[in-house]
Amino acid sequence: MKKTYKIEVDCANCANKMEDATKKTAGVKDAVVNFMTLKMSVEFEDGCDPKKVMQEVLKNCKKVEDDCEIFI
Amino acid sequence: MTKKQKKMLIRIIISAMLLLGFHFLPVQGIVRFFLYFIPYLIIGYDILIKGWKGIRNRQPFDENLLMAIATIGAIIIALYDSGDYTEAIAVMLFYQIGEWFQSYAVGKSRRNISDLMDIRPDYANIEVDGKLEQVDPDEVEIGSVIVVQPGEKVPLDGIVLEGVSTLNTSALTGESLPREVNVNDEIISGCINMTGRLKIKTTKGFEESTVSKILDLVENASSRKSKSENFITKFARIYTPAVVYSAIALAILPPLVRMIGFGLSAQWGAWIYRALTFLVISCPCALVISIPLSFFAGIGGASKAGILVKGSNYLEILSQVKCVVFDKTGTLTQGTFEVSGIHHNKMEDEKLLEYAALVESFSTHPISKSIQKAYRKKVDASRVTDIQEISGNGVIAKVDGICVAAGNDKLMKRLQIPYIACHHVGTIIHMAINGEYAGHILISDMIKPHAKDVISSLHSSGVEKTVMLTGDAKKVADQVANTLGIDEVYSELLPSDKVEKVESILEGKQYKGKLAFVGDGINDAPVLSRADIGIAMGAMGSDAAIEAADVVLMDDDPMKIVKAIKISRKCLRIVYENIWFAIGIKLICLFLGAIGIANMWVAIFADVGVMILAVLNAIRALFVKNL
Repeated sequence: MKKTYKIEVDCANCANKMEDATKKTAGVKDAVVNFMTLKMSVEFEDGCDPKKVMQEVLKNCKKVEDDCEIFI
Repeated sequence: MTKKQKKMLIRIIISAMLLLGFHFLPVQGIVRFFLYFIPYLIIGYDILIKGWKGIRNRQPFDENLLMAIATIGAIIIALYDSGDYTEAIAVMLFYQIGEWFQSYAVGKSRRNISDLMDIRPDYANIEVDGKLEQVDPDEVEIGSVIVVQPGEKVPLDGIVLEGVSTLNTSALTGESLPREVNVNDEIISGCINMTGRLKIKTTKGFEESTVSKILDLVENASSRKSKSENFITKFARIYTPAVVYSAIALAILPPLVRMIGFGLSAQWGAWIYRALTFLVISCPCALVISIPLSFFAGIGGASKAGILVKGSNYLEILSQVKCVVFDKTGTLTQGTFEVSGIHHNKMEDEKLLEYAALVESFSTHPISKSIQKAYRKKVDASRVTDIQEISGNGVIAKVDGICVAAGNDKLMKRLQIPYIACHHVGTIIHMAINGEYAGHILISDMIKPHAKDVISSLHSSGVEKTVMLTGDAKKVADQVANTLGIDEVYSELLPSDKVEKVESILEGKQYKGKLAFVGDGINDAPVLSRADIGIAMGAMGSDAAIEAADVVLMDDDPMKIVKAIKISRKCLRIVYENIWFAIGIKLICLFLGAIGIANMWVAIFADVGVMILAVLNAIRALFVKNL
């Protein structure tokens, strides 16, 4: 399953960090953060609850860049 | 300006003013230190916090930490040494100014580009009991009837039921010439209805409509990263830790060597200062932000011109195209057959055409359709009797009681009527009236008006080879290729042969660079995906073309191919300018910093100045009008 979320982040490097952090989160198959359009598309592994996974993703992203926001 | 940007601007102004004010205060010692610490905290507290968090989360090598270390270090040196805190605070101040400027510029270009792509319809009008109601286009079902008033955007693809109007398609095609629509015409979403009220029966849901597809495509374009972007990401990952370690080495090793090796004084202060300048210079922001920004602007500018590029990587490949392969029909030629001449006729052209239109009026063959089209008037079918269709030959019928035969030379031979062969290329319809030869009508596929210019400007812009593939007869193909000045022609090909031809050109490779295939998106999807880059033309409404191609031209003008290549080259030129400029200046400054020539101010320029210049340069990719 693939879902797209709006995000808020200040710099391109921070966006890259968010992408890395999201990819490392359990339940995420693949993730792409698009800094230019401020969108994040996340592909979930089968049988995962996107809402729960996204909570984790947000936590991990806040760790690497506390100035970011994901609109879940 | 967003809230964040406003807050930052206020912080910048306050600390800059404090810094200026304190310059004239005659305080010394520890009081001076605390006084200067106020503007430092105002401007830099978030950086310090972020740097600390980075260490705690074991992600230490980012620019926040670099800045924190550099400025705190500079303050400590100043505390023991000169008492000049300005430098340390200025580093932080200018760093923040740079960040602010970058965020402003990115936001601005983001808005610019989304304005360009402002084709998303907000609502659709549905008639309920004679009154119009505005509903979300998402909710309109296929087959419902919507009303589009003058001045409104067409929200969904459909067919016109009622009304006549002109449409402004410039947001989709970049073409300013308005397009006429009548009843039963297909209409695509994203156009602006200019003059008349239209009733439209929708043929697609919103998700499937042209406008959604285009928006989706453009918005997701920059997630397909180009090689240069990947290079920068990798570069930044190696570069930042490398610089931090070299800075540490620069701070520790030379003083130790001086002390132990030569018995000189260590000069710790001077070397630590050099190491700190090193850190300030090293920040990779200029690269990390300006490269994606250039691609984003390039793709945005291209879509404004009616050229949809599906990803940064395709923009990159497009700029390296050295061989362009065309599918003839629909790209270089109109793809519709038209009457292009009437020869050797004894009666008036109009009269001959009328007879032809009458006898062919029962046929649905494309040739007979083009005759009907050339005749323009409505045909009175009741005048035609005794129709006799001889397949592969033509038609014989009686018009107003007179016997009329229309067909190829086989038909004339069959009727034993002497005919005059035509030296033009195309399909020939010989006409015999009352058993006597009455001339022939030449029907051919018309070459597009700009086609010749396209080939010559491709050649002059550095494309080494142009190839044309077609399923048409050799004679026709050769003539078109000669007229246009195309280097190589392969004719009489089946659709599957075209893939093979492209593959053999790819293997033969008599050019340096990439191969682009240009097709009209009909029947050539396999070739579009086989080429290094597939360009589909005239995609207005054709889903297959949008799916299969990497670059989609929104209208039929082949000149757009040249423009697309020029846009991509400009964008890539900017990207390389930025890469070389940023890395070059930084390396020079790093070197100068290491040997102690560059001070903090030079470092600030190398960091913030380079970034601002690179961002400004990147935005240039947005301007593509005069290419």
